[in-house]
Amino acid sequence: MAAFNIWPLQGLWLPDNYSETGRTIDHLWTLLHTICAVIFLVTGIVLAWALWRAGTGLNKATYFTHNTRLEIIWSIIPGGILVFIAIYQMQSWNENKLLHPKELVNGVSVSRPPLVRVVARRFSWEFHYPGSDEKLETIDDLYFENEMVLPYGEDVVLQLESRDVIHSFFVPKLRVKQDIIPGHAQMIWFQATQEAEVALVCAELCGWGHYAMQGRIKFVSRAEFDSWLTKQMELKSLSQKGSAASKGGLVQTSLETVSINESGQ
Amino acid sequence: MNNNDVTSQDSTNGHHAGRGGLFWFLGTYVFARDHKIIGLQFLFSTLIWMIVGGLLALAVRWQLAWPWSNMPIFGALLFSAEGGQISPEFYNVLFTMHATIMIFFVVIPILAGAFGNYLIPLMVGARDMAFPTLNMMSYWLLWPAFGCMIASMWVPGTGPSAGWTSYPPLSVLFGEAQGLWLLGLIFSGIASMMGAINYITTIIQMRAPGMTLLRMPMTVWGMLITSILQAFALPVLTAALLMLLSDRMFDTSFFLAEGLETPAGTRLAGGGEPLLWQHLFWFYSHPAVYIMILPAMGMVSDILSCFCRKPVFGYRPMVFSMCAIAGMGFIVWGHHMFISGMNYYLSVSFLISTMLIALPSGIKVFNWLATIWGGKIEFSAAMLFALGFVSMFIIGGLSGVVMAVPPIDIMIHDTYYIVAHFHYVLFGSSIFGVFAAIYFWFPKMFGRTMNEGLGKLHFLISFIAVNCTFFPMHFLGARGFPRRYADPYVVEEFRDLLPLNQFITYAAIAMAAAQVLFFLNFFGSLFFGKRTTENPWHANSLEWSVPSPPPHGNFDFQPIVYRGPYEYSVPDRDEDHWPQWVE
Ligand code: HEM
Ligand SMILES: [Cu+2]
Ligand SMILES: [Cu+2]
Repeated sequence: MAAFNIWPLQGLWLPDNYSETGRTIDHLWTLLHTICAVIFLVTGIVLAWALWRAGTGLNKATYFTHNTRLEIIWSIIPGGILVFIAIYQMQSWNENKLLHPKELVNGVSVSRPPLVRVVARRFSWEFHYPGSDEKLETIDDLYFENEMVLPYGEDVVLQLESRDVIHSFFVPKLRVKQDIIPGHAQMIWFQATQEAEVALVCAELCGWGHYAMQGRIKFVSRAEFDSWLTKQMELKSLSQKGSAASKGGLVQTSLETVSINESGQ
Repeated sequence: MNNNDVTSQDSTNGHHAGRGGLFWFLGTYVFARDHKIIGLQFLFSTLIWMIVGGLLALAVRWQLAWPWSNMPIFGALLFSAEGGQISPEFYNVLFTMHATIMIFFVVIPILAGAFGNYLIPLMVGARDMAFPTLNMMSYWLLWPAFGCMIASMWVPGTGPSAGWTSYPPLSVLFGEAQGLWLLGLIFSGIASMMGAINYITTIIQMRAPGMTLLRMPMTVWGMLITSILQAFALPVLTAALLMLLSDRMFDTSFFLAEGLETPAGTRLAGGGEPLLWQHLFWFYSHPAVYIMILPAMGMVSDILSCFCRKPVFGYRPMVFSMCAIAGMGFIVWGHHMFISGMNYYLSVSFLISTMLIALPSGIKVFNWLATIWGGKIEFSAAMLFALGFVSMFIIGGLSGVVMAVPPIDIMIHDTYYIVAHFHYVLFGSSIFGVFAAIYFWFPKMFGRTMNEGLGKLHFLISFIAVNCTFFPMHFLGARGFPRRYADPYVVEEFRDLLPLNQFITYAAIAMAAAQVLFFLNFFGSLFFGKRTTENPWHANSLEWSVPSPPPHGNFDFQPIVYRGPYEYSVPDRDEDHWPQWVE
């Protein structure tokens, strides 16, 4: 990675990574680009050399039509590299998309339930948190728009849904991307490593406002997260009692209610 | 045109009446059934469409470099309503139409339609295509198709703006013009299918005596495999397009889940599956990416061999690689859908098939390098573009392998990394291959040569500009810069990428300027180019045995083929080429 930190490429490689599983992606990324760079250099040198030689006044081309041994060699070596890549990447794919995080409930290992329900619609993100009943999709759910607070240091599972067209949940700094197909509830997971604020963007064309469909995700410690969520629940019940909230008691807050020391980017 | 006694035995060729008169003119030049005229019709039309597609691309680049600022000249012409400024809706129309036109109206028809038509009969030693009327119809169907496309841009509201991939539900629920766009695509698909059937039949049935399959030039192999891909994949696309059209027009729900929010309220009907479209679409469109490159690969192989004065290295492995690419091309479509929400175990199998298909692509590159190795090279404009093809294909192929790794694709899917990849293979390779072919076969087509100096300048600027335009896009993609964003800079994290985007736009403008050189050279040479003989490059394949331009009916006598097309610099022979038709 450091090799790419030279001036012209400063800031033009992968952005910072704040996710556990993202590390495996970055590792593969560096590996693949190293392999590609080597192949590119070798083929480039061969090409340049062949062209150079041709310029040095041969009076007749050398006639040869094939060379079976050479051809077998240059089929087997790249073949081997490709098979290696295919097998080697398997672990990362497993962690990122196949192995849903588990947790222990009464000594039994079960799939970790989603912490937040993410609903995409043209051109905004809605984040639904479980209310005091700790269940999603119930009447006391909390609801925020375009801003999400999550704990770091633990596996977080999100349930993605779309109301209208296909959107894609893309967080570059978490190395997370998942298309959201209307009619499917899609699970994704990651584990953030530190306090951070990251951009969430839509990566599947969804209409004229596609580019503007962005959200922010703030990662805080578990303790901060819990107290924030409790506070939101209190705020919600207050506003319901005060009957001031018109929209079915939905509360909208902004990220400013969480205090974190990082000043954004 | 030639005198008629040559063709009179061949009644399928029409052309009976004498010269002169409106009907003669219409029959000969407009509704022509001679494969060469049709090929040229394809060539001229696709070159015009290329200008249209190129201008759309410049408008896209303008917006990315100077968002929401008035665009000079085109702005006033196209978006006078918005005061010369691109609206977000129209930005989506721009990239949708750029891709649609470049793919379906430039690269595919210029390769198969123009060069396929012109070269196949000449190269296999046939007097014409197997079905001249079908051939004529295949060309003329492209105009209504193009008409639909252009008309769809001016539909009140917004033009087609769902991307060339046209994913539902977006393409069903929104955009008044999408229906017209679909219709245009259906027409162009039918046109391609007609062409494909014609090419396959001609190549299988009408080869001259001695022209065994393994004596065919690589160009013909490229065309044959491409046509087979078209014939098998296009029906699937056509069916899918009709289903999508029906979802729009008759409220069916092939691709729509129930309960979608639409501008007209919640849609209760449903039960369809948006992913089905993606499967059907990519089942066609992955083979389509090979449709867009195999003919160019073939032509480049021939050009390299001719200007290196050397046989194509490993002819049989080259042919087998093409067949392998074509066969496996049908089982890799899922690599466009790694994170679409399809079953993630399935991704693994698509990963493996994609890795497999990268192998024959690699083998082709090695064989080209070996073809160049030890050659006595003449650096003509055609040769330079052929070399450009090879080097750009290396980069595009390598980035293909990177993207084929699903975990990596999580990061770069739908970012500019993909945009970089497919422009390396489509512009850097396919279009460079087309330029090489134009410089190479222009003398055959028009009996004049293009200006070599201008051609080399065209290459030099294009080569530098293509790399300055598309290479930095890898870096954008690495940062997660998404494609299809009218204004990416609303996202704080992408704001610092503006200067790089401006650099890319300058490079794109330089690239467009280089193409002006090309068009001047092309049209100027039509009238003022140096006159040439039948075989100016001392090449071996059959098309060089007839006058330039070849007469109607191509051959005065039945050509007989004695050997493969690559016998250059054969030891113990004085002449460095040994044409297929010389005993
Ligand atoms: C070594 C061979 C190749 C490999 C391994 C490869 C791999 C891929 C992969 C994995 C993607 C999907 C990326 C994504 O959407 O996340 C892709 C996209 C694409 N490839 Fe290739 N590719 C290869 C050669 C080609 C060639 C020869 C062409 C065309 C001439 C081509 C044209 C395209 C296009 C147009 C797309 C983007 C489609 C879109 O999403 O709009 N590729 N390629
Ligand atoms: Cu969206
Ligand atoms: Cu593909």
